[in-house]
Amino acid sequence: MYDVTYHRATSVDDAVARLSAASEGQLLAGGQTLLPTMKHRLAAPSDLIDLRGIADLVGVRVSGRSVTIGAMTTHAAVAGNAELAKVCPAIVKLAGGIGDPAVRHQGTIGGSIANNDPAADYPAGLMALGATIHTNRREIAADDFFTGLFSTALDEGEIVTAVSFDAPETCGYAKFPNPASRYAMTGVFVAKGGDGVVRVAVTGAGSDGVFRHEGLEQALSKDWSSAAVDGVSVSADGLMSDIHCDAAYRANLIKAMAKRALA
Amino acid sequence: MTEVSMTVNGKAARASVPDNTLLVDFLREHLRLTGTHVGCDTSQCGACVVHVNGRAVKSCTTLAASAEGAEVTTIEGLANGELHPMQAAFKENHGLQCGFCTPGMIMSATDMVARYQAAGKELTEEAIRHELEGNICRCTGYHNIVRAIQDGAAKMAAG
Ligand SMILES: Cc1cc2nc3c(=O)[nH]c(=O)nc-3n(C[C@H](O)[C@H](O)[C@H](O)COP(=O)(O)OP(=O)(O)OC[C@H]3O[C@@H](n4cnc5c(N)ncnc54)[C@H](O)[C@@H]3O)c2cc1C
Ligand code: FES
Ligand code: FES
Repeated sequence: MYDVTYHRATSVDDAVARLSAASEGQLLAGGQTLLPTMKHRLAAPSDLIDLRGIADLVGVRVSGRSVTIGAMTTHAAVAGNAELAKVCPAIVKLAGGIGDPAVRHQGTIGGSIANNDPAADYPAGLMALGATIHTNRREIAADDFFTGLFSTALDEGEIVTAVSFDAPETCGYAKFPNPASRYAMTGVFVAKGGDGVVRVAVTGAGSDGVFRHEGLEQALSKDWSSAAVDGVSVSADGLMSDIHCDAAYRANLIKAMAKRALA
Repeated sequence: MTEVSMTVNGKAARASVPDNTLLVDFLREHLRLTGTHVGCDTSQCGACVVHVNGRAVKSCTTLAASAEGAEVTTIEGLANGELHPMQAAFKENHGLQCGFCTPGMIMSATDMVARYQAAGKELTEEAIRHELEGNICRCTGYHNIVRAIQDGAAKMAAG
């Protein structure tokens, strides 16, 4: 790892100030993506601004069906939240399936979505839930937030502070984890709102990152069942082919995971 | 350089280290606690697992500076005159061959037992296998590790 100057931010304002004073500053959340990247010398920030000391950014709030999760809430804390499990079990399951226990003890929802790895789990969840991403400057709809491979709508110096959503009537998540890394080779999140609107988001498969699948959304809004998935044709166009599997295999995984998510 | 201070295995530890020092290097190089191992550079093998404030973390993927003020427990901190029940269970159940992964396995094992106890959930064989997703062993084929953890969990509950 290259040299770096470490800062512990005491508030969001303090983090913003330290970030803008640094020549190549980067925020540090759980470090579960950034530190491995720095160890491989694929990232070389001049300064790391650690958000771990900012209590305002931590915690899950459930009031009725409205849910707010602070950016620095760990995957383990989301996975272990009993109140959240009652209103939105699929997001709890999703968080409990990220990486392994030690990764979940440190990795955060804010870090995960800011990083927007094309095989990460949370982007699919937040997109299907129609979540809002809160930053120190504005609110961004999940549909507009995830803009491509490892890229988001965040501007320079913008910090994710929380995400919020209304728990849908029903939802489900299933992924086919890569056996070594546990990242999604394909993951599908399905959600049906109280208004009957269905949203389906796919991660791990698109060559441009997470996306919503219109065909599945249409079929499931008519008939919320795995039989409805059978009738949808999922094209391999725009899907990734890599060492793990090709686009056609991923197209099939989208259907298979959608069915498991509905089960 | 950053001044770091933490409690490691019940003793105060303080040093001035470069800001990019990983917790595992602080433990091994500065404190000479070489029971914590490094088995990969991709944060996947779990040989480096220690407890920070009571939770299992990968010390190869944690900065020493961010553990400022923390309570850290390493494999050296488990035995108390005699082997910890989980260490004894690994020995009795042949839960190791070369032993390289063992410190991380045992730190993950004691963490999962504590979490399942706190949540009032049963730590089944299947649960143990899922919980070990972040710990890789090149030797044993895992069966005896799982058996050791079942036995160690029973011993911890009894003791
Ligand atoms: C072995 C292993 C297995 C994993 N498996 C999975 C998996 O199955 N599924 C999955 O989804 N992920 C997986 N991950 C990634 C894990 O979920 C990370 O925790 C996550 O991607 C990044 O979160 P972090 O808190 O660790 O962020 P960091 O690594 O600290 O930061 C990541 C990036 O986000 C930026 N950032 C952090 N917080 C904010 C914020 N509040 N506002 C703006 N920018 C911010 C940082 O500057 C950095 O660029 C795995 C990681 C490991 C090491
Ligand atoms: S050395 Fe830490 S996970 Fe391999
Ligand atoms: S006993 Fe050799 S790596 Fe596990």
